[in-house]
Amino acid sequence: MRNVFKTSYDADIRLFKHGAQAFWYALLLALMLAMPLLISSFLLGEVSGILIWSIAGLGLMVLTGQAGQASLGHTAFLAMGCYANTILMMKGVPFFISFPVAGLLAGLFGVIVAIPTLKLHGIYLAIFTLALAVLIEDIIVLSEPLTGGVTGLTSQTIKMFGLSFDRYANPNAFYYLVLATTLLVVLFYRNMLRSPLGRSFAAIRDSEISAQAMGVNIASTKAMAFFISCFITGLAGALIGQFSGAFNHETFNLVIAIQLLLMIVVGGLGSIHGAFFGAIVVGAIPLGLSFLRDYIGKLSGAGSIAIPGLESGIFGLILIGFILFEPMGIYGRWLKIRTYFELFPFYRRDMFRRNRSYLKTERMR
Amino acid sequence: MSSFQLLVSGLANGCVYGLIAIGFVLIYKATEQVNFAQGDFMMLGAFIVIALSQGKMVQLPFYLSIPLAIATMAMFGYLLDMIVLRRMFGQSQTAMVILTIALGFVIRFVAGAIWGHEPVALATPISGQSAKVGGIILGLDEIAIVVVTVLLTLALYYYFNRTRMGVAMQAASQNQLAAYYMGIPVKQVQSLTWALAGGTAAIAGILFATKGSIDPSTGLLGIKAFAAAVIGGFGSLPGALLGGLLVGVVEPFASRYVMAGYSQIAPYAVLLLVLIFRPHGLFAQVYSKKV
Repeated sequence: MRNVFKTSYDADIRLFKHGAQAFWYALLLALMLAMPLLISSFLLGEVSGILIWSIAGLGLMVLTGQAGQASLGHTAFLAMGCYANTILMMKGVPFFISFPVAGLLAGLFGVIVAIPTLKLHGIYLAIFTLALAVLIEDIIVLSEPLTGGVTGLTSQTIKMFGLSFDRYANPNAFYYLVLATTLLVVLFYRNMLRSPLGRSFAAIRDSEISAQAMGVNIASTKAMAFFISCFITGLAGALIGQFSGAFNHETFNLVIAIQLLLMIVVGGLGSIHGAFFGAIVVGAIPLGLSFLRDYIGKLSGAGSIAIPGLESGIFGLILIGFILFEPMGIYGRWLKIRTYFELFPFYRRDMFRRNRSYLKTERMR
Repeated sequence: MSSFQLLVSGLANGCVYGLIAIGFVLIYKATEQVNFAQGDFMMLGAFIVIALSQGKMVQLPFYLSIPLAIATMAMFGYLLDMIVLRRMFGQSQTAMVILTIALGFVIRFVAGAIWGHEPVALATPISGQSAKVGGIILGLDEIAIVVVTVLLTLALYYYFNRTRMGVAMQAASQNQLAAYYMGIPVKQVQSLTWALAGGTAAIAGILFATKGSIDPSTGLLGIKAFAAAVIGGFGSLPGALLGGLLVGVVEPFASRYVMAGYSQIAPYAVLLLVLIFRPHGLFAQVYSKKV
């Protein structure tokens, strides 16, 4: 157990708590940088995919984990980023301009969605965003001249500094592009958390009325949360378009929206680590299932067996398991294990107990 | 098809939406939670009737399989609350939202694994028959749907406002702690509410399968029923039925008078508009929250 004595406010908001922590993250960074040397290009593609989903998860985490606004409709912003980036690139705009612009457009779309929903919370917001997730598919199909309708669009190859960042032709370059974006987003996220804005997000999440009493402007802070969240999600959307090569309205269906939510809940709400853990779980399940399917198929001699809907069924079961038994997600479990060893043998079972509250209706006084 | 026939078929559809919405409202009224899997409950209820009345192994008479299916779904609701949902007692609404969404996924997967993904129709003694009322041909099934729904809504309304148990359910949601003090077994009341919602969902499913065919993804209909529940203001049973009727009627008229492709948006557009302009429905029950 290491005790850090904080003697100033700067010590409280420092990025790394102590040197050892900084060392471990530096090691992780070195490992990620060396990744192309260590694994095959197929697995490197999978890692890129997981990183992209982590960015999308971080985007939703800002809104749901930090500001406490549940959104079931983040595919709308993924789609916005994806289509905006590809359409801009088709018009000849270089990637280093179209990429941030796609994020900005998604962020502005988020604010447009946020303004009428500022007064909604809890289930009403969930229903609103769920309807948005259903609508976005129809909207993509209907705005065919721009989005290609049902046939969808094909992403353009990114060309920068004389290099082409293509997922298949040049997987290493694409991986580094994704990694750089991830790093920037994480740095931004960390810094946001220790700024006044991040603090007011947490205040709103914990109690809107108390936050208001402390002088937080609820409306503008929520709108800001939507903007940042949708900006990051839009960036992830642009990368998803590049990653999948071709996409249409079905790339952004309702299941994906739920998967995003699953990611951050399973990973651990309100933590950066959670988005990554969640993305690893979500990325690993289909891979594991296909390996398992081939294995069982070989054993039984029936070839590859396909059970439609198996994936979403398993996602559902995992989600139920986590909500019931580990509401703090994988990161919460890791914190518990770490605390157990740090405090050994003084760990108590109730150290992470959340206080439950009796319910009172909001409908009547 | 005349406008009047469009209206009746819209009303019949709307009754099904209304019934699902009533399921939402029942649970919301008694537990302040929202069951995002209510549409999947409905689908499950319909499949149970189909399995009982025209299955491969058992072929019970139709009128026997209906009460059996309703009882099965009520039991399912009760056990679900007792075994799974009760662990969530005292946790946030959002956690419950995520849990019920996940539940919907699992139910859809299980139903797909058992009954396949092909649409199945429920053969009933009244399906396909029609009656002539004043020169207009109406399907008997549509009339049956409207009658059953109205009767059920009235019965539930009476139950909630006039019986001991119904009032206890309302009390349990308004203030759990006070309800405990008054000697209401809150947890048991909640389980009973889920049973009631399960039974209602089974009826909705049977009515829906009578009118058209059903497959595991039919449960996504629940999103349209949200529109109904929100329009009615999430705490009012007659409001939910009215909202359902509104959504049901808007749909066929939109598909007739609005360009193809745009019409399917109509129910969701109505939902979004209501949420923006009247967030607490046309029958608002919400007052500002105290600290």
